[in-house]
Order: sequence, then structure tokens, then C-alpha cells
Amino acid sequence: MAQIFPKWTNALPTILLIVVLAGGGAITGFFWYFGSPEYTDVGYQPVQPVDYSHKLHAGELGMDCRYCHTGVETGPIAGVPPTQTCMNCHTLVKTDSKKLERIRDSWATGKPVKWVRVNKIPDYAYFDHSPHIAAGVGCETCHGDVRNMEKITQVEPLSMGWCLDCHRNPAPNLRPASEITTMNYIPPANQATFAAQRIKDKKIKPPITCSGCHR
Amino acid sequence: MSVENTVAADTFTEPPLIKGNQTFASVTEIISSIVEKKPKKAWFVLFGLASSLVMILLGSIGFLVWEGIGVWGVNNPVGWGWAITNFVFWVGIGHAGTLISAVLYIFRQKWRTSINRFAEAMTIFAVICALIFPGVHVGRVWVAYYMFPIPNQMAIWPNFRSPLLWDIFAVGTYFSVSLMFWYTGLIPDLATLRDRAKTVLRKRVLGLFSLGWRGGNKQWKHYELAYLLLAGLSTPLVLSVHSVVSTDFATSIIPGWHSTIFPPYFVAGAIFSGFAMVMTLAIIARKIYNLEDIITLKHLERMNMVIMVTGMMVGYAYSMEFFIAWYSGNEYETFTFLNRAFGPYAWAYWIMISCNVLIPQLFWSKKIRTSIPLMFVISIFVNIGMWFERFVITVTSLANDFLPSSWDYFSPTFWDVSLLIGSFGLFFTLFLLFIRYLPMISITEIKGVLPQADPHYYENHA
Ligand code: HEC
Ligand code: HEC
Ligand code: HEC
Ligand code: HEC
Ligand code: HEC
Repeated sequence: MAQIFPKWTNALPTILLIVVLAGGGAITGFFWYFGSPEYTDVGYQPVQPVDYSHKLHAGELGMDCRYCHTGVETGPIAGVPPTQTCMNCHTLVKTDSKKLERIRDSWATGKPVKWVRVNKIPDYAYFDHSPHIAAGVGCETCHGDVRNMEKITQVEPLSMGWCLDCHRNPAPNLRPASEITTMNYIPPANQATFAAQRIKDKKIKPPITCSGCHR
Repeated sequence: MSVENTVAADTFTEPPLIKGNQTFASVTEIISSIVEKKPKKAWFVLFGLASSLVMILLGSIGFLVWEGIGVWGVNNPVGWGWAITNFVFWVGIGHAGTLISAVLYIFRQKWRTSINRFAEAMTIFAVICALIFPGVHVGRVWVAYYMFPIPNQMAIWPNFRSPLLWDIFAVGTYFSVSLMFWYTGLIPDLATLRDRAKTVLRKRVLGLFSLGWRGGNKQWKHYELAYLLLAGLSTPLVLSVHSVVSTDFATSIIPGWHSTIFPPYFVAGAIFSGFAMVMTLAIIARKIYNLEDIITLKHLERMNMVIMVTGMMVGYAYSMEFFIAWYSGNEYETFTFLNRAFGPYAWAYWIMISCNVLIPQLFWSKKIRTSIPLMFVISIFVNIGMWFERFVITVTSLANDFLPSSWDYFSPTFWDVSLLIGSFGLFFTLFLLFIRYLPMISITEIKGVLPQADPHYYENHA
């Protein structure tokens, strides 16, 4: 009986094996890289209604974050400042700047400026700023070097893995209360002993059970 | 040879498994011709029907994914409705296939040869139907992969102490081992078909799947060993899969679920329902393809006996649940069972009892267990009864839980029904395709149980 398959098909199983392994690797790699929040979420920088700069206000003018984000130490939400906060200065400074037109409109009409939300975790996860600040986690750890940002950009993936990385071992991220809003903070040489002491004093125990964040 | 000897032989040897004085050639011919000829009209009619039900299934899944599982009748206490009922039902159906093909193989029950191939096919298709339900019931199907232990951005594994994860392993293993077992059994037959093939395409396709089988001595030796090993691998699965499925219920603290009887009870039920499904299919296939000589009345009668025995096991489990509910003195347990039998779902409970416990008792009568129309009807009743068993277990325990203020009544919606019907459509579509393209009865194994296969066969003739 004549052979059903030509001779070259003998190589097919080997080729197939290579294709499957390489293809499987490529597909896994693709999703590993392009599917991760580090690729999909980090670097998100929406266009804001007002050309407001953190670099100018928090950096060059040296304002404290808590002047505007008043809720950050006391509650779950840091809060984006109302128009009134801007007008504390801008009734006097740059009163005729075109960039501030929206702010003046808002002040006149009483309608708030619609800032676009940057950092956002889904509603099924619970996040609260105040215990983090109280424990000594700086804004920089989660929001990056804001004082040098012209526009706010998301710098951390805010994924569950990211939260848990710190919750499982918060020590390297703890600072003294005075350094909470400091940018480019350099941990002291005795960070380990400092953190151990702080964890003991403040009984810091971040939740790693599901119901800690999914309430 | 003396006269008494002949009498003794007549009385004590079993009647032949295969009727109609078949030869090796006629067996090959009967079985292969089914897939080589153009299918009968009845096939097209059935296939048309079944595949339109598949359309309903796909449509329903599409709508479900679009809208979310709110389209089902599930409500606050009854979070597990028909989806889990259907899942358990279909997984259970599969068990008969494995029992017939693996356990009966190891016990050298030769009568299995006529039915094992399509019982195994049934297993595979039933598990496919079953897998749809856990797949879609998560609501957001695109994250169904969370069920598997895959490294992810959440930096957590699924809960290894949860039976829902064991389920993934149990059913996954079951599916892959069953598939391998079935395929291994198919190889020599595919080679037979390949050698009979006329067109190049057919030759090539069959040639590919028969993996270069030539039927040499050495190949048979390896083949037999591989088959035995796979049978050995499948055997514990008959017991493990449904035991694990039952722990989905049994590890919870809901009265009516939290019970150690569940694993054996579920396994018996699975075999019971599976045999009923094999009967339903075998009777139809046998009729359409005139396979009366190969699937004889004797095969059917034996399966009926299995149905009767497992039916009684299930009945025992039902009564034991009641006994324990009373004997434990636990008022919640007692309430749950009284509520099952006399509460809002009493109708479902009594359908279950009638179909699973009472009706199979008819098989005590030889007349009934050898009457094709009657056994067909009874097998259908058992299928219905076993579906209701899962419904009763799932829904009654949830609907009336510890907190009376949250009690509610579960009513299915259109989409519950369409998914169930659609899954039957998928099952039958796959089955019809199988009958059309693959030998539904194992040619090689049938030859093995022919009298000619006995090495001493020709001596007797001398
Ligand atoms: C003058 C008031 C002001 C000060 C001071 C200020 N911010 Fe803001 N911040 C804003 C306003 C207005 C927005 C909303 C517009 C935007 O996102 O750019 C904002 C947005 C943000 C956001 C993004 C919120 C989101 O939508 O996710 C972060 C993070 C943030 N600020 C951090 C800081 C930090 C850290 C400091 C201190 C270094 C700081 N801000 C100081 C006014 C201020
Ligand atoms: C502490 C006082 C102070 C507050 C509060 C303040 N600013 Fe300013 N802002 C300044 C000063 C000072 C300048 C001008 C710097 C310069 O001369 O270039 C400025 C400049 C600006 C400019 C640039 C104007 C231009 O024409 O270059 C914008 C836009 C602006 N601020 C927006 C805001 C918004 C929005 C808020 C409220 C969230 C706000 N500022 C709150 C002090 C303030
Ligand atoms: C432990 C990490 C972490 C730290 C530390 C942190 N943030 Fe946030 N921040 C987040 C997360 C996560 C969100 C998104 C919260 C959400 O979507 O509910 C957020 C949101 C915000 C927002 C916008 C939403 C809101 O809550 O108003 C502002 C503004 C903000 N942070 C400011 C700050 C400032 C200022 C500090 C320092 C004082 C700070 N954050 C420290 C994690 C952090
Ligand atoms: C850089 C470190 C760090 C990151 C990142 C971080 N956390 Fe925390 N979190 C902490 C620490 C430290 C505490 C402990 C506070 C304590 O025990 O006093 C904490 C506490 C909490 C608590 C408990 C609050 C309470 O009321 O007891 C919640 C909820 C929480 N984190 C949610 C989150 C979520 C959600 C994320 C991710 C979006 C996140 N955290 C990211 C360090 C972090
Ligand atoms: C430290 C806080 C935290 C803890 C503890 C936590 N989660 Fe999460 N979880 C999150 C955050 C934040 C997200 C959202 C991540 C994102 O948007 O990428 C999330 C997302 C998820 C998701 C994905 C949901 C979706 O729709 O994709 C699942 C599932 C989940 N968590 C399960 C769990 C389980 C199970 C546990 C307990 C083992 C747990 N989480 C513990 C913070 C937490």
C-alpha cells in the first residue's frame, strides 16, 4: 500500500512542538506584560479642565499637600479642594490670567470645577487614607513625586498585588509623621529599627484578609 | 463427548454476547459502514433539531454574559439555582461511561464491549455540558480564569481549602483522563476506517488520528498495557469526581447539605443517572442503526439491573437523611427535611421520589426489564428524577435557611430554561456528530468477544 503521508511530514511533530511551546510562551508573555495594571494603568494622565500645576504650587511655592487635600489625615478621602481654596490666593494673584478663567467662572456661578479623577480603585475594594497616613506611609509611596509633576499621573498600579506587597511587609515604607508629604525621601540608615519600633508603638497591622479591603 | 456434558454446557455457559453468527469481517462491515455511508434521514432530522437547540444555548449564553446572571431566577437566599443543578446533573451523567468502560473492564465484564464506546463518548459530552455552567455562573466570564491557580496581579491563589477549587481539579482530571481513555480505545478502529477509506482526504485525516497504527504484535502489546493503565487511572475517578462535587455542598454548614453521607450518595446517584442516560441513547441508536445483534436485549437487561440497584441505593440515602434528621435531634436539620417533603417544594420532592425510588422498582419484573418501550420510558423518568434530585438538594436547603425573614421562593426564568434545554441540544449535537463520524461501537473489542476469538474455537470444530 502506498504511504498516506509524504516523507517530509515526519518533521511535523517536532515543528508543532516548537510552535506550541514558542506560541504558548509568546501569548503568556504578551498578557503578562500588556495585560498587567503596570502597563494598562500606570502613566494614566487625563486632561484636566484647568491647567493647574502641582509642580508650581506644591513644589516651587512649597505649599503643604494638606492645605488643599484636607481630608487625607482624617478620613478615607483626601479630597480635591473646592474653588474657594484656589481663590484664597487667586483673588490677589494672577487675577486676570486666562488659565484661571474656569476658576473665576466657577467662583461666580457657584458651580464646582469638574476635575478628572486620576487614581481610582474599584468600588468593591475599600481604601482609607487616614490609617495609612497615621501609620506613616508617605504620599510619595503611592502617588510618586507629586511636587515635580506638572500634571498628576498615576505612578503605581493600584492593583491588589500592589496593596498586598506593602501590607505583607510595610516596614520599608514607613516614615516619621513629619516626613509624610516629603518627596524624594531618603530612608535613614536605621530604617529597619525605626520601622520595627514604629510598628510596635502604633500596633501597625495592615489587613491581609479579604474582608479587610472587600468589606 | 457425553450427553450430560452437553446439557451441562447448555445450562451453564452464557448465551453469546453477540448474536447473528457474526464473523470478524461482518463485524467490521456492520460498524464501519455506519460512518462510511451517507447518514439516514432520521439523523438529519435529529441533527437539525439538536443544533437549533445549540443556537438557543449560544444565544442564551450571549445574553447572560451581556446582562449578567440577574437574568436567572436566583434571588437572595437562593444564590445557587439551576446552574449548579445542571452542573451536578451533567457531571453525574458522565459517571456511567467511566464505570462501564473502566471498572467493568478491570473486572473483565465482557458484556461491556458493546456499549463502552458510546458510554465513554457520553461521558465526555456530558462533562462538556457540565463545564458550561460553572463557566457562565461566575457572571463575568472573562475572569473565569480566576478559578485556576494562575499567578495574577491580585497576588493571591484560589483558596486551596475550598471544595470549589477541588472541583476544578476533579472535573478537569476527569475530563482529560476520560478523553485519553476514549481516544486510546479508538485508535485501532480509526486505523480500520483509514484502511477502508476511499478518498485521500479521509485517508489522511484518519491516518493522522490513528497515529500510524499498523496492528503489529508489539503495538498491540503496548496498546493493551496503556489501555489497562488508563482503566486503572479512571477507576478511582468514578468515585472521586462526584465525591468532590458533593463536598461543594457537604463542607458548608447549611442543613440538608452538611452531611457525611453526601459523597457515597452522590456517587450512587451519578451511576444511577448515567446508566439511565446510556439506556436512553442506546435504545435510540440501536433502533436507528439496526444494531440489535450487537447491543442485545441481554445488555439492556443488565443495565436495567444496575439501574434498579443504584436506584435502591439512592432510595436508601434519601431515607437515611430523614432518619439522621430525626435521630440527631437537630431541629434545623429536622425542619429542612420536613420542609423538603411537605414544604413549598414538595412537588419537586415527590417527583424525585417517584422517579428515582418507586419507578425503577418495576424492574423486578423480568417482563418489564426486557421490554424495550417500557425500559425506554423508565430511563427517561430516571433522568427527570435525577435532575430533580439536584434541584431539591440545591434549592430547598437555600430557600429556607436559618433566617426566616430572608426566605424566598425560587422560580426559574426563561433564561434558566433555555440554558438547560440548550445544554441538552449541545449534548445531542455532539453525540450525533460522534455517531456520524466515529465507530460508535468498538470494532476490535467486539471481535475479541466473538467465539472465533477463543484460541480453542477451531479445535472444537475439528
Ligand atoms: C493648591 C492646592 C493643592 C495642593 C497644595 C496640592 N494639591 Fe494635589 N490636587 C489639587 C487639585 C486641584 C487636584 C485635582 C486636579 C489634578 O488632578 O491635577 C489635585 C490632585 C491631586 C492628586 C490626584 C487625585 C486623583 O484624581 O487621583 C494627587 C495624588 C494629589 N493631588 C497629591 C498631592 C500631593 C501629594 C500634594 C502635596 C505634595 C498635593 N497634591 C498638593 C490641588 C492641590
Ligand atoms: C497659596 C496661594 C495659592 C493658592 C491657594 C492657589 N494658587 Fe494658583 N498660583 C499662585 C501663585 C503665586 C501663582 C503665580 C506664580 C507665577 O507668578 O508664575 C499661581 C499660578 C496659578 C496658575 C497659572 C496662571 C498663569 O497664568 O500662569 C494656575 C492655573 C493656578 N495657579 C491655578 C490654581 C488653582 C486651580 C488653585 C486651586 C486648586 C490654585 N491655583 C490655588 C498661588 C496660589
Ligand atoms: C497607601 C497608599 C496611599 C497613600 C500613602 C496616599 N494615597 Fe492618595 N490615594 C491612594 C489610592 C489607592 C487612591 C484611590 C482611592 C479610591 O479610588 O478610592 C488615592 C486617591 C487620592 C486622591 C483622589 C481621591 C480622593 O481620595 O480624594 C487624592 C487627592 C490623594 N489620593 C491624595 C493623597 C495625598 C495628598 C496623600 C499624602 C498625604 C496621599 N494621597 C497618600 C493611595 C494612597
Ligand atoms: C506602602 C504601603 C501600603 C500600601 C501600598 C497600601 N497600604 Fe493599606 N495599609 C498600610 C498600613 C501600614 C496599614 C496599617 C494601618 C494600621 O494598622 O494602623 C494599612 C491599612 C489598611 C487598611 C485598614 C484600614 C483600617 O481602617 O483599619 C485598609 C482597608 C487598607 N490598608 C487598604 C489598602 C488598599 C485597598 C490598598 C491598595 C489600593 C492599600 N491599602 C495599599 C500600608 C499600605
Ligand atoms: C489590601 C487590600 C486587599 C485585600 C486584603 C484583598 N484585596 Fe482583593 N482587591 C483589592 C483591590 C484594590 C482590588 C482591585 C484591583 C484592581 O483594580 O486591579 C482587588 C481586586 C480583587 C479581585 C478582582 C475582582 C475583579 O473584578 O477583577 C478579586 C477576585 C479579589 N480582589 C479577591 C480577593 C480575595 C479572595 C482576597 C482575600 C484572600 C482579597 N481580595 C483581599 C484589595 C484587596
